[in-house]
Amino acid sequence: MLEHLDALLLARLQFAFTIAFHIVFPAFTIGLASYLFVLNTLWLVTKRQVYQELFDFWKTIFAVAFAMGVVSGIVMSYQFGTNWSHFSDKAGPVIGPLMGYEVLTAFFLEAGFLGVMLFGLKRVGRGLHLFATGMVAVGTLLSATWILAANSWMQTPQGFAINDVGQFVPLDWWAIIFTPSFPYRLVHMVLAAYLTTALVVGACGAWHLLKAHAPRRSATMFTMAMGMVAVVAPLQIFAGDQHGLNTLENQPAKVMAMEGHFDSHPDGAPLILFGLPDQKNKRVDYAISIPGLSSLILKHGWKEPLAGLDTIPDELEPPVAVVFWSFRVMVGLGTAMLLLGLWSAVAWWRGRLTTDRWLLKAAVAMGPAGFVAVLAGWITTEVGRQPYTVYGHLLTADSVSPIAAPAVATSLVAFVIAYFFVFGAGVFYLLRLMACLPAELEETELDKGPVRTAGITPGPAQGTPHGENDGH
Amino acid sequence: MGIDLAFVWAFLIAFAVLAYVVMDGFDLGIGILFPFFREKRDRDTMMNTVAPVWDGNETWLVLGGGGLMAVFPLAYATVLTALYVPLIAMLLGLIFRGVAFEYRWRTKRWLPVWDWGFAIGSLVAAFSQGIALGALIEGIRVANRSYAGGWWDWLTPFSVATGVSLVIGYALLGATWLVMKTTDDLAARARKIARPATYLTLLAMGVFSLWTPLIGTHYLGRWLSFPAVIFSILVPLLVLACVAVIISGLNRRQDSPPFFAALGLFVLGFLGIGISFYPYIVPPSLTIQDAAAPHASLAFLLVGALVLIPIILAYTGYAYWVFRGKVRPEEGYH
Repeated sequence: MLEHLDALLLARLQFAFTIAFHIVFPAFTIGLASYLFVLNTLWLVTKRQVYQELFDFWKTIFAVAFAMGVVSGIVMSYQFGTNWSHFSDKAGPVIGPLMGYEVLTAFFLEAGFLGVMLFGLKRVGRGLHLFATGMVAVGTLLSATWILAANSWMQTPQGFAINDVGQFVPLDWWAIIFTPSFPYRLVHMVLAAYLTTALVVGACGAWHLLKAHAPRRSATMFTMAMGMVAVVAPLQIFAGDQHGLNTLENQPAKVMAMEGHFDSHPDGAPLILFGLPDQKNKRVDYAISIPGLSSLILKHGWKEPLAGLDTIPDELEPPVAVVFWSFRVMVGLGTAMLLLGLWSAVAWWRGRLTTDRWLLKAAVAMGPAGFVAVLAGWITTEVGRQPYTVYGHLLTADSVSPIAAPAVATSLVAFVIAYFFVFGAGVFYLLRLMACLPAELEETELDKGPVRTAGITPGPAQGTPHGENDGH
Repeated sequence: MGIDLAFVWAFLIAFAVLAYVVMDGFDLGIGILFPFFREKRDRDTMMNTVAPVWDGNETWLVLGGGGLMAVFPLAYATVLTALYVPLIAMLLGLIFRGVAFEYRWRTKRWLPVWDWGFAIGSLVAAFSQGIALGALIEGIRVANRSYAGGWWDWLTPFSVATGVSLVIGYALLGATWLVMKTTDDLAARARKIARPATYLTLLAMGVFSLWTPLIGTHYLGRWLSFPAVIFSILVPLLVLACVAVIISGLNRRQDSPPFFAALGLFVLGFLGIGISFYPYIVPPSLTIQDAAAPHASLAFLLVGALVLIPIILAYTGYAYWVFRGKVRPEEGYH
């Protein structure tokens, strides 16, 4: 095993590890930023105190998650150079400007207005505070747009030429940004972020409802969250299906791996529900399959022919087992989310949404499902692209830095230790913040106008000091 | 045409790096000074002076890195590989420092852990940045469009000296920032630290200026050629003027002049380095033109940069303006 731990494999492990940690925070903060904006708007429009209380509650959680997203994101922006320098040199002229725009339009916007959103309510007044919250939310969505444009280009590259030193030279930026897979990927990811957040908010609300904590506030967040799940889960399944059809068109090898089709099926392919893919012997052991269904889903006909991995050279096959299983995890969780949404809709129809204890327990159990589904989906799409970094044009093996294996190994170990320590503590704090009650504001707090005296001393901190009772 | 854009971009990247150095400089400085202030109340206030803006400050580092990849991909690829170890150390330092802003308010038992995480993270980030600068000045070997040296080449007496110098300089920025943003005893103690930090920064700049030409005689040639020679004479005079402003400001108990004069020292130092580097982006291997991305990449991002950077500066300025004035111990959202 050890002799295979060369610099390439270590660099891949390091990238997979650091991005897997990173991706869960944006997945959460994209949705949460929009949720905060909705709460802030409702508060301003309805003047109902519950919205301000929920805003203050989730604002603190957002701040912690955002800090983790920022620091793990800085690592990503440097990793292309440290571990993937040949990729950076060759693909930088295309990928670089897309990420440059992400920084210019999104990161600065989020960071610039985050301070005002967190600290500035009493200094700028409610209108500007709402504006700042909106800018943070817009920033997170713009960030997703640019990074998915960059990723989609790597998956379905177009609009470029290759120059005499092997660099990708942009010819048509419109084509580079709007690659065939970009709209599907963007919609799928943004919906995933909204679902992830809704499941977390719903689990938190359900938890407090089960404990009979602050029923008004808990019921409000639970109802909002389950409404979101009921609407977004079916949309997401539709979007995912469309994305799959798009992938079949542009990256057929990935779909073959997702479906576990080692062999071509000239007269209709079965849908393999479960099985153990064996890449060496090119077969799926213990397969449970439904005849013709794969063809029906992908080609809309029971007898439609479907090509398999036998149509491409061995060295260009993606790792089948990983893609096969991660895809099933994602789809399975998506189905569970759909059922949770339906259950909530029925319970709401019967007027039992916040009192059905089995539903509340199910919602708590589904709290982390979004994160797992996002990770599984990301593994499906990224591992399914192998052995390429730029699909069809640049091999992963030709992308890596000329750096010694011990350096990559040491930094990998350092990242693993630091991440588990730092993000483990962060997740602990997040869970504890969610377990705290949303603080009830005193009536006088609401009547106070913004303090505009040269920005000095905005009064005591709002609410109770969450988490200060640590260890008691 | 492509040549012109490459120089425009060299200027913009330099601007992003300078913006990073002066802005994250003072908030890293706060972390570096943490060990000198042991009271929780003082540390709370120190952190709250930068909490609303640190995130924006650090974004300039992402722009420096991301922008470099976009417009000078070859420089990005070779420099980041050559400086692998100090950059990974910097990233790890920034991780601990960045989460400390939120974590230290969430726990009592672990407060010392995140206080040390903040202090050591800031110190490591600052020191690694200094090392990276020193190693870059000493030169990076490039062959066949990739880094051609070993992965410990960055470690030299000179790079360690630049690392120490940058830590001292950031500490000065942090101390003068505290003088400007805090009150009473905390401001008085920051004032006491700022004075020796000023002299040490001056010393470090002097050593740096004498040592650099010994590293590469081409630097001396650069400094003495026209029109750079004008700056070579002016810069030391302006440095002394900044030092005079800091010291007299501290003596007269002024709030903001010491901080802005300390920023001035950084701008002057940066200008000196910029003059030394020109026309190289990775001395002595790659010129600005060698490393530039194809024209289409430079032009596409430039359109956005020219529109967006002024807007970014405007709302960044607004954020600083919202949080202007002294910070009292009880301030914060926690």
